[in-house]
Amino acid sequence: MSGRGRRITDEEINELISKLQALLPAESRRRNAGRMSASKLLKETCSYIKSLHREVDDLSDRLAGLMTTMDSNSPQAEIIRGLLRS
Amino acid sequence: MGVIDIMDAKGTSSLGNPNPNILTPHPSKSSVAIRFLRVLSLVRHTASSSPSSRACRIRRAACSCMAYSAGPRRAWSRALLRKLVRRRRKPPRRDLPRPAAIIRRRRPVGGDRLEVALRRVVPGGAGMEYCRLLEEAADYVKCLVMQVRLMQSIVDFESHVHSVNKRSEIDPGDRN
Repeated sequence: MSGRGRRITDEEINELISKLQALLPAESRRRNAGRMSASKLLKETCSYIKSLHREVDDLSDRLAGLMTTMDSNSPQAEIIRGLLRS
Repeated sequence: MGVIDIMDAKGTSSLGNPNPNILTPHPSKSSVAIRFLRVLSLVRHTASSSPSSRACRIRRAACSCMAYSAGPRRAWSRALLRKLVRRRRKPPRRDLPRPAAIIRRRRPVGGDRLEVALRRVVPGGAGMEYCRLLEEAADYVKCLVMQVRLMQSIVDFESHVHSVNKRSEIDPGDRN
């Protein structure tokens, strides 16, 4: 795909910034009422992605812990197998 | 199609009848869920000793499920898939084919600290233009949130079922 020859307009960047701001969680949106500056947005996005990574790690640990207490004949294994069959 | 929505299964009292709600109409959500559940059952049946190595496997599974569902249309998913494939082959290969677009890209001019930090956090973010980086970050955040919600509901479901199991152990239904 060929790269963009023209300069990137400010409106495009503003649009992307507002789109990204809409994805951030509600608390951070309340803290920053109105539009954030680009740098603030980058900072919030970075910290949000990092916290999401941490949540994935934490949930992986919990899932691994839960797995050790399950055996393959338990009813929930049946449910999961049923899910996979459908 | 009858895909059972495990995210709504919290309120079930009897184990034999999971809530038969149909999944919300986002096609990729069910595919991510099914793929992730398959990998989870594989991980469970592998004789792995420590929960930490299991957790590692689960984390990698989460990443790969996200990346596979996003497919090759996104730069971050392509970068994630490349990283996962590379990890399986031990020595990194120098002769990976690079698409022409990447060679012709405009190198980011140092950038401020925040932009560099964002590039580091989004997979494949190092070589993108600024606009592209913002788009990819938005899509990456969306997929990450979906993955986190999926894992959270699985954990909730399993721990709910686990606690129900414990209660039924303490008080068995029939006596001999």
